[in-house]
Amino acid sequence: MRTEIWVVFQRQMRVLLRNPVWVFFGLTQPIIYLVLFGPLLKNVTGGGLGGDDAWRVFVPGLLLQLTIFGAGFAGFGIIQELREGVIERQRVTPASRASLILGRTLSNMVVTAVQALLLVVVALPFGLRASWSGVASTLVLVCLLGLGISAASYAMGLILKDEDAFAPFVQGVSLPLLLLSGVLLPMSLAPAWLRHTSQANPLSYVVDASRALFRGDFGDQHVWVGTLVTVALTALLALWGTRVFQRQSA
Amino acid sequence: MAADDLIQARSLTRTFKTKTGPLDAVRGIDLDVRAGEIVGLLGPNGAGKTTTLRMLTTLLLPSSGTATVAGLDLVRQAREVRRRIGYVAQVGAAPSAGLRVGEELVTQARLQGMSAADARARVAELAPRLDLAGLECRALLELSGGQRRRFDVAIGLMHRPRLVFLDEPTAGLDPQSRANLWTHIRSLRDDAGVTVVLTTHYLDEADALADRILVMDGGLIVANDTPAALKSRVAGDVVRLGLPDLQARDRAEAVVKEAHPIRDLVATDTGLHVTVDDGTVAVAPILRGLDAAGLSPTSISVERPTLDDVFLTLTGRTLRDEAAA
Ligand SMILES: Nc1ncnc2c1ncn2[C@@H]1O[C@H](COP(=O)(O)OP(=O)(O)O)[C@@H](O)[C@H]1O
Ligand SMILES: [Mg+2]
Repeated sequence: MRTEIWVVFQRQMRVLLRNPVWVFFGLTQPIIYLVLFGPLLKNVTGGGLGGDDAWRVFVPGLLLQLTIFGAGFAGFGIIQELREGVIERQRVTPASRASLILGRTLSNMVVTAVQALLLVVVALPFGLRASWSGVASTLVLVCLLGLGISAASYAMGLILKDEDAFAPFVQGVSLPLLLLSGVLLPMSLAPAWLRHTSQANPLSYVVDASRALFRGDFGDQHVWVGTLVTVALTALLALWGTRVFQRQSA
Repeated sequence: MAADDLIQARSLTRTFKTKTGPLDAVRGIDLDVRAGEIVGLLGPNGAGKTTTLRMLTTLLLPSSGTATVAGLDLVRQAREVRRRIGYVAQVGAAPSAGLRVGEELVTQARLQGMSAADARARVAELAPRLDLAGLECRALLELSGGQRRRFDVAIGLMHRPRLVFLDEPTAGLDPQSRANLWTHIRSLRDDAGVTVVLTTHYLDEADALADRILVMDGGLIVANDTPAALKSRVAGDVVRLGLPDLQARDRAEAVVKEAHPIRDLVATDTGLHVTVDDGTVAVAPILRGLDAAGLSPTSISVERPTLDDVFLTLTGRTLRDEAAA
């Protein structure tokens, strides 16, 4: 099974890296966030914002946003693969259904990792000061989340089978999830009803954990709650994705 | 079950849920394929050919019925079945830009459980046999229609299966590429001993390739016979002769009846429609006869029975009615 995952992973990475448009925009996107949105933060105050600390709040949020959109749209690719007949020809091999989807999600995870790392590095000259072990732990969390979300995205792609339905679906789901997790501005600024709603959103816990980790506050209860939520969510989504992959071939 | 039966299917059905209610795509078919056969599944679009193939290749669960493929239970031993069969799907959409011939073949072989070295060796062995040598580094997107189909066939053959399923292998190809692919499919069986099940909606293709033809219509197998037997049930070939005037036509009628055994003859305003067993054999004696009688036809053509004719004979309906219904 490890060989199968590796074979699928390699194939997906090759396709991706040979697409110069994707490579360019995939790598510049994190930088665009920082350059065009970051400077606004300096003059916002309240909720731990304002001044140089702003970056410690803002960058974890950006990481999440990058992951959710990047991994969320992974399913686009599988709709094309479905049309090309790639999915069918891989399904007719004895390879385990889980490795066919895990190989794909692994490639999304690597992409997420590279983008996230780039974002952190570029944020340094802007004034990001953070706990390095905290940043590293956050990257691990974000990669895990990317794995889970892309698995779910592949499953949705297989279910909807149509870009015209898939795109509005992903937009429709990811936007409220993002806003409700406080990625742009911390939920501590929110009125009570919004804050309560956001507590139902698993991503809120991931964002809170990431911000605590960036502060180097490993003892903060947000850290372990967020980690548990990420691991559970990823496991659940990956399991569901595999199930759908299996079911769609029956 | 005979020892050399590679496929034995009993009462296979498949029902799809659709927005307009359940759709019975395959409605209870029995199917036996012996080792070394080339079997053609012939039928119009929507007959259920692809659905049948997808069931037999483990891609689709049958709604009911049982089947053994390569000696294994199709449902309970699906994974083992996949090791032993090759599947070449209907033509798909244009491939992604980053895909290359050799890499895709190796990927397929690796997913079939071959080692990287074996996979590469197999590409080197198979590519020349399918006229793909030198194309290993080519992008799939840049292949011609014929090359693309041969690549698809190679995908299905990488792991040396004893049984391959080809879904409309030559659909959309020009006549030359079709003939070329036919040669490859024949040599699969003749040289490599592979058993082939293929679907087509071209009668001439089934005729050219298959030892046995199963005619499918509306999810059922309506005939199961050799091409020759099937065609002999059909009206035969029609030789159309154009003649300059009615007098010449009437004289020609007598000459034609004399020159070659005919099944049927219809006189029209412009000439004769002569039905014979084999048009290519009948044309020469008919022309000699006409020539000897001092008659020269203004035009001559031979029409072979089409799937339309087979259908008309087997079901009492033409394919056009089917499309309109
Ligand atoms: N996945 C599916 N969902 C719903 N209907 C389907 C599906 N696949 C095939 N069908 C329907 O089943 C019938 C048989 O299709 P198919 O097996 O593809 O025919 P053929 O290959 O002979 O053209 C058609 O009416 C088709 O629309
Ligand atoms: Mg079909």
